[in-house]
Amino acid sequence: MARMWLFLPVLLFFILGGLLWKGLGIDPKILPSALINQTFPNFKLESLKTDSKMLTRADLIGKPVLVNVWATWCPACRQEHAQLLQIANSKQIPIIGLNYKDERESALTWLEQLDNPYKFNIYDHDGMLGLDLGVYGAPETYLLDKNGIIQYRHVGVLTAETWQQLQELIHAL
Amino acid sequence: MIPEIGEFSLIIALCLSVILAIIPMYGATVNNSLWMSFARPLARGQFCFMLISFLCLTYAFAIDDFSVAYVANHSNSKLPIQFKLSAVWGGHEGSLLLWGFILSSWTLAVSIFSKSIPLDMLARVLSVMGMIAIGFLAFMLFTSSPFGRYLPSFPADGADLNPLLQDFGLIVHPPMLYMGYVGFSVAFAFAIAALLSGRLDAAWARWSRPWTNVAWAFLGGGITLGSWWAYYELGWGGWWFWDPVENASLMPWLVGTALVHSLAATEKRGVFKSWTVLLAIFAFSLSLLGTFLVRSGVLTSVHAFASDPERGLFILILLIISIGGSLTLYAFKAPNVKSSAQFALFSRETLVLINNVFLTVMAMTVLLGTLYPLLLDALGGGKISVGPPYFNAVFVPIMSCMAIFMGASMSIRWRQTTTKNILQTLWKPFIGSLIIGVIFPFVYGNGFDSKVFLGISISCWVLSTTMLEFVQKFRHSSKYLTRLRKLSLSYYGMMLAHLGVAVVAVGITLVSVYSEERDMRMQAGDKVELSGYQFEFQGTKIVEGANYKADQGTLVVSSNGQQIAVLKPEKRQYTVKKSMMTEADIDPNLWRDLYVALGEPLDEAGTAWAVRIHYKPFVRWLWLGGLLMTLGGLLTVADKRYRHKFGVQNG
Repeated sequence: MARMWLFLPVLLFFILGGLLWKGLGIDPKILPSALINQTFPNFKLESLKTDSKMLTRADLIGKPVLVNVWATWCPACRQEHAQLLQIANSKQIPIIGLNYKDERESALTWLEQLDNPYKFNIYDHDGMLGLDLGVYGAPETYLLDKNGIIQYRHVGVLTAETWQQLQELIHAL
Repeated sequence: MIPEIGEFSLIIALCLSVILAIIPMYGATVNNSLWMSFARPLARGQFCFMLISFLCLTYAFAIDDFSVAYVANHSNSKLPIQFKLSAVWGGHEGSLLLWGFILSSWTLAVSIFSKSIPLDMLARVLSVMGMIAIGFLAFMLFTSSPFGRYLPSFPADGADLNPLLQDFGLIVHPPMLYMGYVGFSVAFAFAIAALLSGRLDAAWARWSRPWTNVAWAFLGGGITLGSWWAYYELGWGGWWFWDPVENASLMPWLVGTALVHSLAATEKRGVFKSWTVLLAIFAFSLSLLGTFLVRSGVLTSVHAFASDPERGLFILILLIISIGGSLTLYAFKAPNVKSSAQFALFSRETLVLINNVFLTVMAMTVLLGTLYPLLLDALGGGKISVGPPYFNAVFVPIMSCMAIFMGASMSIRWRQTTTKNILQTLWKPFIGSLIIGVIFPFVYGNGFDSKVFLGISISCWVLSTTMLEFVQKFRHSSKYLTRLRKLSLSYYGMMLAHLGVAVVAVGITLVSVYSEERDMRMQAGDKVELSGYQFEFQGTKIVEGANYKADQGTLVVSSNGQQIAVLKPEKRQYTVKKSMMTEADIDPNLWRDLYVALGEPLDEAGTAWAVRIHYKPFVRWLWLGGLLMTLGGLLTVADKRYRHKFGVQNG
């Protein structure tokens, strides 16, 4: 009987291994936003294109939108760009850009070169709106319903699979 | 061309590891000495090709070959050369290459410094190390080769190294730490070889000990460096964060500490054999687990590089094969191992056992705390995080208890000591330590403090019992110098390491209790006083580094009207990564650090700044103690009894 005790370490290890295996399937980057089911924070910021126009939360309200946080300094945003263009072309939902801690000139050149998927862009040079929103790092994407209430938050590159999931959410709205 | 040579060398090294894992092991099983003798040359060959591969990557960094994806992502033409070279291990792929390279270096070292080990033992040990190398090389080649190219078009310049890693501490910290992690693979290989051959005796413990001690010393050194780096680089004066990755290095260190002691008992007294083997397996398993946690991205951490579930799965499979396999082997073979020697309740053996229990329990609580968020999430319990309060609550009491036994162990002999004897030697240091513990907070601080009492008493206790033991060695002798020389180096090593514990305890206690800090809004000319020091802010100016621009503040520190230091903390903006870094400036000495960091500018003109000032008493003692332990560990290896022919002396 005493010999059976010697199998205890290996048994415990396999239990641990099983849990780690399950843990692998969980993405630590899925960060449920504390703002889910809350209204998008209020802001008053310039539009990226024209200096004169001020944008506020009212510009996001009316129908469901995606708010995409991006910047030219973020290599993952470049990776994401093609997917955003595809979404824009599908005309299912408008994408509002939140240009985050970026320089206006380089952001405009970027849009010129890579094509523009955004309906319009909020120019958050100081990152203050990003702070209110709890942005973890660009890129991030938020789904807002027609009342401007945050329904979903995605941290990281928006892939074809995430877009699939998002579509379901959008249809449910 | 050069990167392809690197990749190709890696493949050859993998092939050699496969042969190393099979031929000598098979030779040892069928007792064919020709096949066993393949082990040494194969180990050397493997090392050569790993070295070539490592040099190829280093070369790619040195000449800014941005067609190599890994170089493009972790370097930049403006990066200073020393950081270009250390950027080799600044990311996932390169760290793995370093891991593999260090593993092959350890394998080479075993093949060189093992003239006296019987051939079949050596063949098995090197074979086991070859198996580990297969796992890591395959992982590298199949999921994370550092030599992947951006072709045909590649970026004109690199994305730069993470500014946090552009620092001296990060040049030396990972190699040190990996030396420790990977070094436990030698102890592991010896344990597996002993289980396979059934020869688990004092001679085995003697072969295994120096390797274990070196690995333990490196790991401790690496942890110390990491703590020191975090302190001055992260800009808020903390020195330990209970971050999952720090825990990943602490766990093998704790188990390694237990192993070092248990091996000593096995060598000297022939006890705890089965337990020692298990600890050796644990120590290496925890090193592998640490690698898994860091590389798979299952835990969010400041250290985690790009996370990738596919890589995680690969490491997990490696983990299950190696740890699961070795624990199963242990379960089947351990019953053949019998500890022959007997020992009494009051003996050093008992204390080594207690020390082992404490350290293992410690490692398990850290493991639990580290994995708990992950486990809960895997079981569908939601996202939580386990923070410093948990770790402090469990760590401090267990460590304190252990230190009490640790002090006592110095005066207790192997096999048996009478209770009367113990009491006779120990009552004086015990009472003395308590008295100093009570008085100290009154003299140094403003009144009694239970934490200071506990910490100082424990330090005094460890210190006084260690010194007492040392002094007693001279009691019946007048020839001090001869006696000093007669004591073995491993004895000095042990003394040094134990003193290190006392020093660390002082550091932790005093810096936790008596630290002071202030967050201030300061404009040029503003003065502030903290712990008897006056700090005068003289404004900021802009300075330029090779790959950053910085606002550099100037603070003049004076005490009683005497200027004692000028501190220049910086707020750096790295041009390529666009990231801000706080570069603290410190006026250190043995008794206190004055630590100043620049926060954010508080107005448009940049004349007013948020400034954070720390007063950190005895913080250097933390790292000093860590250094003492490392030196102690290294000293034991220089002991001449390990240089003798091991086989001739019987244990």
